Amino acid sequence: MQTTRIGCGAGFAGDRIEPAEDLLRRAGLADLVLECLGERTIALAQLRRLADHTAGYDHRLPARFARLLPPAVEHGVRVLTNMGAANPLAAGRVTRALLDRIGARAAVAVVTGDDVLAEIDLDAPAWENGIPLREHGEIVSANAYLGADAIAMALETGADVVITGRVADPSLFLAPLAHRLGWDPGDVATTAAGTLVGHLLECAGQLTGGYFADPGYQDVPDLAHLGFPFADVAADGTAELGKLAGTGGVLSRATVREQLLYEITDPAAYRTPDVVLDVRAVTVDEHRGGVRVAGARGAPRPDRLKVSVGYRAGKKIEAEISYVGPNAAARAALAGEIVTTRLSGRPLRAEVLGGETDCRLRVAAISRDDAVLDAIGDEVESLYTNGPAGGGGVRVHIGEVLGIASTLIPRDLVRPVVTVVEAADAAP
Amino acid sequence: MLLHDLAHCRAGDKGNVATLSVFPYEEHLFPLLSREVTAERVREHLAEFVAGEVVRHELPLLSALHFVCHQVVDGGVTTSLALDTHGKSLSSRLLSLPIDVAWTPLPRAAT
Repeated sequence: MQTTRIGCGAGFAGDRIEPAEDLLRRAGLADLVLECLGERTIALAQLRRLADHTAGYDHRLPARFARLLPPAVEHGVRVLTNMGAANPLAAGRVTRALLDRIGARAAVAVVTGDDVLAEIDLDAPAWENGIPLREHGEIVSANAYLGADAIAMALETGADVVITGRVADPSLFLAPLAHRLGWDPGDVATTAAGTLVGHLLECAGQLTGGYFADPGYQDVPDLAHLGFPFADVAADGTAELGKLAGTGGVLSRATVREQLLYEITDPAAYRTPDVVLDVRAVTVDEHRGGVRVAGARGAPRPDRLKVSVGYRAGKKIEAEISYVGPNAAARAALAGEIVTTRLSGRPLRAEVLGGETDCRLRVAAISRDDAVLDAIGDEVESLYTNGPAGGGGVRVHIGEVLGIASTLIPRDLVRPVVTVVEAADAAP
Repeated sequence: MLLHDLAHCRAGDKGNVATLSVFPYEEHLFPLLSREVTAERVREHLAEFVAGEVVRHELPLLSALHFVCHQVVDGGVTTSLALDTHGKSLSSRLLSLPIDVAWTPLPRAAT
């Protein structure tokens, strides 16, 4: 039976690069996926784009691609990523320029159409709390989760590098699998199987022991050189998960089970733009050094797509001070009472973290008023000379907060667009 | 004995919903865990952190108990004031659940 090998080279925006390089050079991959776009990341990226129209894609993209595209080109591995974030076209141009610089002819295709800020009804209630979207705060972004059908349009152009904004994470894997294996997008069984593979791979090292070690209980070998996973997927949808020989980490029934249920709120109905996945009959078996998974089931794809709406929620302050030695917890608690009294009426959270003799008072608050935030920071800092004995190590951090609310949008209001990015200096 | 002696756990989050998957180290302990680690006990144990309903899903093919916890107190990631905004440490908190049963890790040799 025909099989294809797909790897995951990043499971979040800050992920390590070396394991992906290793996969490109040694794994014989057909496709490599770099999943780098968290729920909030795209709203933050949108703020950067508003400040600079050439920005708004993953700021690590140039560094990541500078290391990964040369081996991808050399080994003929197709690369798919959501590092386009809030500005996939700008990401495509940067990528094109990088490929031109190294003399690679690899084709770059960009998927847009996930930005639906103009389409959604801001008077609709957020599904988290029922409050109308516009009442959450100034809305800065609204991105629909596109599916494998949008990515397939990019693959049909013959692209070697596909860059998207918001797409469902498993769709980044399902689309290339379906393209390689000739799956019909209307076939629920293979769509469910490919979605399962994507769901398992999308967090990269979390499948191969990167979030598993518990010394003495679950020991993971050579975590410093954690390897990332790949899957050999057969045309019938069964998959064998593996990682490269010589890499650290562990891939086992235990690690795969953890990832299988990760973030699944209903094992009978995990909704993606492509399918409603049912994992209850999935089997996970260790087999010849890898792990075999089968048994994904599903129901046809939903009529509506999820939309993440980003809004300005103010700024968050986190201010801390340490107390150690005898009676440290009591001194930290006293410090918390003092700050709370001095800031009476301000909504804040004061808590003592750590043990009896080594602990840290932490004060946190979110506000849209800078004066309130500054007052909190000042009161924690002034504990140095206006609080209990022996306080030290004050740190104050203030950062902008983007809230996320969710809503749904009818599928027919979302129009994915694919753009093939030509060399900047190419004559029209 | 703590649940930590018998099982491992992974937390996930979707907005203010937390998922907690519990897996026995030894699969023959799945019936024991199913009996001991009820939705009610999980809700009581995490009462400080979970305000809403706790739903338990049983997945025998995976020897897994999957708890879906609603209205996580510090949930929501983006606007949470907690240090661990995702609630990832809920998994370890759950593993501190006492399991009040006699348990023998290996069959005793006949003497």
